[in-house]
Amino acid sequence: MSRTLSAPVTVAFDYTRSTGPVLGRFLTGLRDGVVVAGRTSDGHVVVPPPEYDPVTHAALEDFVEVSSEGTVTSWTWVPEPVKHQPFDRPFAFALVTLDGATRPLLHALDVSSPDEVSTGMRVRIRWAEERVGAITDIACFEPSDSPAPDPAAPLGAPAGAVDPVTGIVVPVSLDYTYAASPEESAFYRGLAEGRILGQRCPSCGKVYVPPRAACPSDGTPTAEEVELSQTGTVTTFCIVNVPFLGQRITPPYVSAYVLLDGADIAFLHLILDCPADEVRMGMRVKAVWKPREEWGTTIENISHFAPTGDPDADFDTYKHHL
Amino acid sequence: MAKQPAAVVGVGQTHHRAQRADVSMAGLCREAIDRALADAGMTLDDIDAIVVGKAPDLFEGVMMPELFLAESLGAAGKPLLRVHTAGSVGGSTAIVAASLVQSGVHKRVLTVAYEKQSESNAMWALSVPVPFNMPVHAGAGGYFAPHVRSYIRRSGAPTHVGAIVAAKDRTNALKNPYAHLREAKTVEQVLASQMLWDPIRYDETCPSSDGACALVIVDEDTAAASPNPAWIHGTVMRSEATTAAERDQVNPQASRDAAAALFKQAGITSPIDEIDAAEIYVPFSWFEPMWLESLGFAEEGGGWKLTESGATAMDGRIPVNCSGGVMSSNPIGASGMLRFGEAALQVRGAAGEHQVDGARKALGHAYGGGSQFFAMWVVGADKPTS
Repeated sequence: MSRTLSAPVTVAFDYTRSTGPVLGRFLTGLRDGVVVAGRTSDGHVVVPPPEYDPVTHAALEDFVEVSSEGTVTSWTWVPEPVKHQPFDRPFAFALVTLDGATRPLLHALDVSSPDEVSTGMRVRIRWAEERVGAITDIACFEPSDSPAPDPAAPLGAPAGAVDPVTGIVVPVSLDYTYAASPEESAFYRGLAEGRILGQRCPSCGKVYVPPRAACPSDGTPTAEEVELSQTGTVTTFCIVNVPFLGQRITPPYVSAYVLLDGADIAFLHLILDCPADEVRMGMRVKAVWKPREEWGTTIENISHFAPTGDPDADFDTYKHHL
Repeated sequence: MAKQPAAVVGVGQTHHRAQRADVSMAGLCREAIDRALADAGMTLDDIDAIVVGKAPDLFEGVMMPELFLAESLGAAGKPLLRVHTAGSVGGSTAIVAASLVQSGVHKRVLTVAYEKQSESNAMWALSVPVPFNMPVHAGAGGYFAPHVRSYIRRSGAPTHVGAIVAAKDRTNALKNPYAHLREAKTVEQVLASQMLWDPIRYDETCPSSDGACALVIVDEDTAAASPNPAWIHGTVMRSEATTAAERDQVNPQASRDAAAALFKQAGITSPIDEIDAAEIYVPFSWFEPMWLESLGFAEEGGGWKLTESGATAMDGRIPVNCSGGVMSSNPIGASGMLRFGEAALQVRGAAGEHQVDGARKALGHAYGGGSQFFAMWVVGADKPTS
């Protein structure tokens, strides 16, 4: 058995980007089948156009259309493409200086072997079948001497596309492995046995639950395991009434700091089995577990905390935990 | 070697809105930068170094702003630094910029902080479920609401004090042409708004804004050319663990220590008597009385009394957030720098309609994380004597 627990996590969001007037103009051009470059004060013609002039720092306003054909100025071979790259087969990334431009554009070049690409070779844009106002409207570059597409992709603005491009959507999805520390792993494994395990700091004597690898106050490594009571005190809480993206518990719900008897720090959990507006600071609560067959190595084995019915704890007993 | 004197001679900010779809992130930054440079009578060519700050990466899906913004910020060929301290980042970014001048390394430093919240969803970004853990997190409001409840219990504050702050800040914003929310509010209206994270109501929370702020910070010789430099009298940053046994989450040690160190540096013995205007980071209205106590403007348990008495209103003894504050504009990455910049505007006599008459010393304040990072400065109309 591995010393630590781990689990996959995906963090994904469709971010947006306001393009601003300069990049918006470039992307509008791509949608309409033309490449718009920017002329900078030092005489260069740059694709994509920079938002601000590199010398004067003024907002760029001098735009010029350049050719969809150009020359490879440098390249690299991608023998093993990875997810989200332009092709799922080997290809080249190339710097291409389009005719009329003086600075190169980086994009994919569709050739089947590195023997078919060289610095100085002539290439042309292969337009995407559907152009939407994104850099991927350029599907890739292809050698100029390759057969023309059949039928040739019609250029010009797609039907109905009249407004300039002002924004794009940039989906981001990060897959990674969340690894719990050895101390947290012991805590989660304890939960899989119906126990709540903390650790005591050998320096300051404080009991942490969940246990940390080191005491947050003095940095001392913690090792001594302490099994905690299943009852405790609500120190403070809030009632969440607001729905939001990614929320897993339906509002309204009470998110409360519960200070277990024997612990020196409260942790966040859910309070149920009483109306939200009856939850109080100082309320005594006990862990309510899910049916054992639903248990895993997670704090979600505890479904929630519920009132014990005992008298509230005196404020002085928990006020130093606020 | 003692610190070299440094002063703010340029302040610029964007018109903050829920969505600034008209500009890119670079364009948003340049809007603030160009105003700050114009205010300072400079161009990017006059700048020696640039320091940039923004909100946490997940908020906008931008991990390395310094990399993709370098050219637009005019940083090619110059030192470019990025600072990262969660919500306090605008303040700590300004302090890092100031330190480059105070250390004698650079003479003219440009600093900018921004956020384009509309490109993502901060509530989502702050609530991504972590495996094995309880998915009870509910954004910044969900994090801070229990600590607000603790404050109310500990101080015995009447429950309408949060609404007094919200009504004041929203109404102050009517005098700030850059503010996002510009709407007069009454205490009754605030109290009638929906309870979001009990005890925090809708009108007691900050908006989600797109915006940027920029400052030009210069050495003594360069400041001599400015008609109204805001001299930096003290800067401080402190941090602490987010969770530690018996950590005071209402009035964190790092906050109290930072304030004490700051006022000592600035030669201030009674903040309420010596500070003429304060721009305090108040994203949820209750944080005004909480920070008033932590910063030493009021004794423990007395912050709400100061607020309730009207002392923090624009014509009060200690005007707080005359600009409308975070409650009216909240581009998170820029919010701290806006506090620092608004403090500078006050002592320069350049705050326009929300100017406090005769302000000579002002406080800029920011906090971030789980009340875990603190950044503050005191600026003055006079050059510091020590």
